[in-house]
Amino acid sequence: MKKRRGKTDIKEGDGEDDDVWWLFQRGRFSSFLCISVFALLVRVLVSMNPYSGAGDPPKYGDYEAQRHWMEITLNTPVREWYRNTTSNNLSYWGLDYPPLTAYQSYAHSLFLDFFHPDSVALFTSRGHESSLGKLLMRLTVLSSDILIFFSAAIYFVILNYSNRGGSSKEDMAWNLAMILLNPCLILIDHGHFQYNCISLGLTLGAVAAIFSKHELVACALFSLALNHKQMSLYFAPAFFGHLLGKCLRHQNPFLRVTKLGLVVIGTFLLIWWPYLYSVNSVLEVLSRLAPFERGIYEDYVANFWCTSSILIKWKRLFTTQSLKLFSFVATMVALLPSMVQQIKAPSDKGFLYAMLNSSFSFYLFSFQVHEKSILLPLLPASLLVLEEPLLFKWLTYFGLFSMFPLLCRDQLILPYIALLLLFVLIYHSPTAKLVSRHRDIPGGWKALIMAFLLLCTSIIHVIYLVLKPPNKYPYLFEAMIMLLCCSQFVVLVAYTNIKQWKLNISTGIENEKKVQ
Amino acid sequence: MERVRLVDLFWFAGIATCIKLLLIPSYRSTDFEVHRHWLALTSSLPLSHWYSDETSPWTLDYPPLFAYFEQFLSFFAHFIDPKIVDLHEGLNYTADSVIYFQRLSVIVSDLCLYYGVYRLSRNLGFWRRKMLLVLILWSPALFIVDHMHFQYNGFLLGVLLISLSFLEEEKDLMGGFVFAILLCSKHLFAVAAPVYFVYLLRHYCGGGFVKGCGRFLMMGVAVGMVFIVAFGPFLYYGQIQQVISRMFPFGRGLCHAYWAPNFWVFYIILDKVIAFMLRKLGFNIKAPLASFTGGLVGDSSPFAVLPQVTPLVTAISVVVAMSPCLIKAWKEPRREHITRWIAYAYTCGFLFGWHVHEKASLHFVIPLAVVAVQSMEDAQHFFLLSIVSCYSMFPLLFEAKEYPIKVLLLLLHSLLMWAGFTSHFSKVKASKTSVLTRKQGEIKESRQGKYSDTAKEGVVVVGWVGMSYLLGLLVVELWGVILQPYILGDSLPFLPLMLVSIYCSLGIMYSWLWQVKWIIKYT
Repeated sequence: MKKRRGKTDIKEGDGEDDDVWWLFQRGRFSSFLCISVFALLVRVLVSMNPYSGAGDPPKYGDYEAQRHWMEITLNTPVREWYRNTTSNNLSYWGLDYPPLTAYQSYAHSLFLDFFHPDSVALFTSRGHESSLGKLLMRLTVLSSDILIFFSAAIYFVILNYSNRGGSSKEDMAWNLAMILLNPCLILIDHGHFQYNCISLGLTLGAVAAIFSKHELVACALFSLALNHKQMSLYFAPAFFGHLLGKCLRHQNPFLRVTKLGLVVIGTFLLIWWPYLYSVNSVLEVLSRLAPFERGIYEDYVANFWCTSSILIKWKRLFTTQSLKLFSFVATMVALLPSMVQQIKAPSDKGFLYAMLNSSFSFYLFSFQVHEKSILLPLLPASLLVLEEPLLFKWLTYFGLFSMFPLLCRDQLILPYIALLLLFVLIYHSPTAKLVSRHRDIPGGWKALIMAFLLLCTSIIHVIYLVLKPPNKYPYLFEAMIMLLCCSQFVVLVAYTNIKQWKLNISTGIENEKKVQ
Repeated sequence: MERVRLVDLFWFAGIATCIKLLLIPSYRSTDFEVHRHWLALTSSLPLSHWYSDETSPWTLDYPPLFAYFEQFLSFFAHFIDPKIVDLHEGLNYTADSVIYFQRLSVIVSDLCLYYGVYRLSRNLGFWRRKMLLVLILWSPALFIVDHMHFQYNGFLLGVLLISLSFLEEEKDLMGGFVFAILLCSKHLFAVAAPVYFVYLLRHYCGGGFVKGCGRFLMMGVAVGMVFIVAFGPFLYYGQIQQVISRMFPFGRGLCHAYWAPNFWVFYIILDKVIAFMLRKLGFNIKAPLASFTGGLVGDSSPFAVLPQVTPLVTAISVVVAMSPCLIKAWKEPRREHITRWIAYAYTCGFLFGWHVHEKASLHFVIPLAVVAVQSMEDAQHFFLLSIVSCYSMFPLLFEAKEYPIKVLLLLLHSLLMWAGFTSHFSKVKASKTSVLTRKQGEIKESRQGKYSDTAKEGVVVVGWVGMSYLLGLLVVELWGVILQPYILGDSLPFLPLMLVSIYCSLGIMYSWLWQVKWIIKYT
């Protein structure tokens, strides 16, 4: 801010335009480095806390699942990773993510095997828990986060900044901080224990590649993301719509589509290579990836099916087969508008909205959704933070709130509070005026409703921790949380859909003007 | 404007609090149990037994005001979990309740630090104010010592900063009063008492004999009151002898088990080298009975050749080292130099004192942060010093779990300092040169270009000597963590710590010399 105003304002004490990011006037490099190191520090601090299923035999939790996959990939041949064999009992945390996750587990297992062979030994390491093992496992998540998510985020922010032109360096630093310090992602990856940073980082890389007009790279990166977690499929309609829309505007649409398709197929072939020797083995892997036997929802996830099940007992009234159909149709209907909009008028901004809308549609309407899937809509929302700061804040808050019961089970309440506080502080850091204007809390009845909702959620937080639910309704509080969150999500997704279509109209008008 | 300052303070303190909350599950040293025991001690025993109780080896060795503070805390502790303050049942109690209570008590007591920094920074310009907040509120050493290792340094340093802020505002009476409170809370701060005395005598008690005497009396009453409140009850119970003996345990020896990076490290090394050489030359030199690496030292001399160092010797050397600033304070007691003088006094105490802890380097690094934002030279000096001081505290956290935390804390601190100092001082320099070029209006444009280029490159936070010294820290660390276990295996287990002490003491000695030079030259 000060640098732009030139030499005359160097005197001290001209406090008007003070902002916290004053440190970073020198350049992007130092500001990005500071923010990244801080984000890393926060992750390391969270990683000291217990992981999911710590000290909870016989099945433990996600930590044991990931550790078990390392054990399996290290000690069995590639072809048997997804097959029930004497050394690979699929009913005990069988591998149910696509092959890239398996390769990642293999790479990490080599690291663990070098420093602490006991923690990945076949059979004997089941339920292994030790402080060294925990430290090493945490390090694997930290390193993946830095290598993939951090670098993708920095690349994205630089591109976003050069595309926007109008925003200042402080905005850029703030944008990066918002992406890297998202409390939900940190708590799930470094507290609960998962590797979402890899698939989300690859997706983020693909977005950055699209922003820099490298569509082929984007296809390859997104295919990798898909092959790391099938949940990345939530973004697929947006990618598909946007890329198709762009191809149609190309001089030679057919050639363009073929090129992109070849890259996608090539990436998939490369990753699935060890399983391509027979149709059976491919089907074997595929069947592991689609857990339809689990039912339409699990626990208390704040999506449409689970929330409406308070009134309509879906699971009792319909067969799984028909529920599958329902959820498929509902998801398609929900995501179609945003996909169509991208095919009609692909734009960078619209693409981010489309990602948000399609991932939200999946979260709300698709089959077998987990609480943690809220991380997927949060990614595009964090990328849109300069456009929609309030939306991002609101979504982060309720996304985090929707995972509150899960994080309570994992004994992560302390980092939950600390990270929420940290997020609010960083969000409200007194930065350049441009954004803070947008970030102002709305007035009038909107503010009133928001204040009321905040009050409700804080009361529920306390109730959940202090009171015991009545015996008749053991999941009463979970249901209340779910209801509140789901209502907010529905409002938000309606808003972003409208916003995306308005974008279409405004750009359309601009185009018409240009034509005239 | 007032609102902006408070918002800034709140923001920086808030971020620091988040980090502190996240640090709650981290490693805690025996000091945690020490303070828990003091809670139990002060809550369950009558005042007359506080300094004579021997239920736990961690006897009360802070002055009475701190004991009152613990008693105040123990009231809440009793409310939360009575077992915390149970003298016998509570020994080595490690339930969540006690951990959360004690950790949160440190976090809340840091409010005192925030207030001190707020008082010091409120009249500064916007860059200096924010930089000061970064340097003190986000100080990695405070995080490590208070919120991981466990102590109440932030609280006590806050009292010191409040006292300094009063002195800087020429409210000498309040300054002296607050310093007396500090002395009665932790007597290690007494090292700066001579400077306070000389400064207050010359600055406050000036202006004619009668007025001076009156003011001297007033100051005496203010300070005396604090001491009476603190020590009076113990005097009444006839415990004062016991209190003094607990507060000054000279039996502990010259150096702590891990040598603080000070002057005596060189003395010990010199002794060892001379003894080694004499033995080579054929003299019969007996190895000393007590050793420095073995922890507690008895009465026998730990030196083979050089004369024994007694508490008196250390006291004299501290006062001698302090004398330049005492003389300056006597000759020209100016309030803008007082923070620097106090910091210098603590530096001397650290370098030459008896049984110094590495944590004591906080006593001068934190006040020097106030000085660091004043000029580029100060900033350069502080950059090096604060990194060295923080690094010297690394051995406090020896578990693998905390390793990345301490490294990242120090890295972040160095980056923030570097970014803050360079961006500010390069601008200041650029403005100076641009004024210069504007004055010499005839100069060609190419020359102007050159000027601005040099202005951009001209700001060096750390020169090549300093940089290679800091890189040396990296080498020392790599040696201790990776190379030593591979090359030497389990032999010489004390070597890495010794290297850290020796290497850091070089940096602290440099800082001391720099400060002496500055004080002699400019104050």
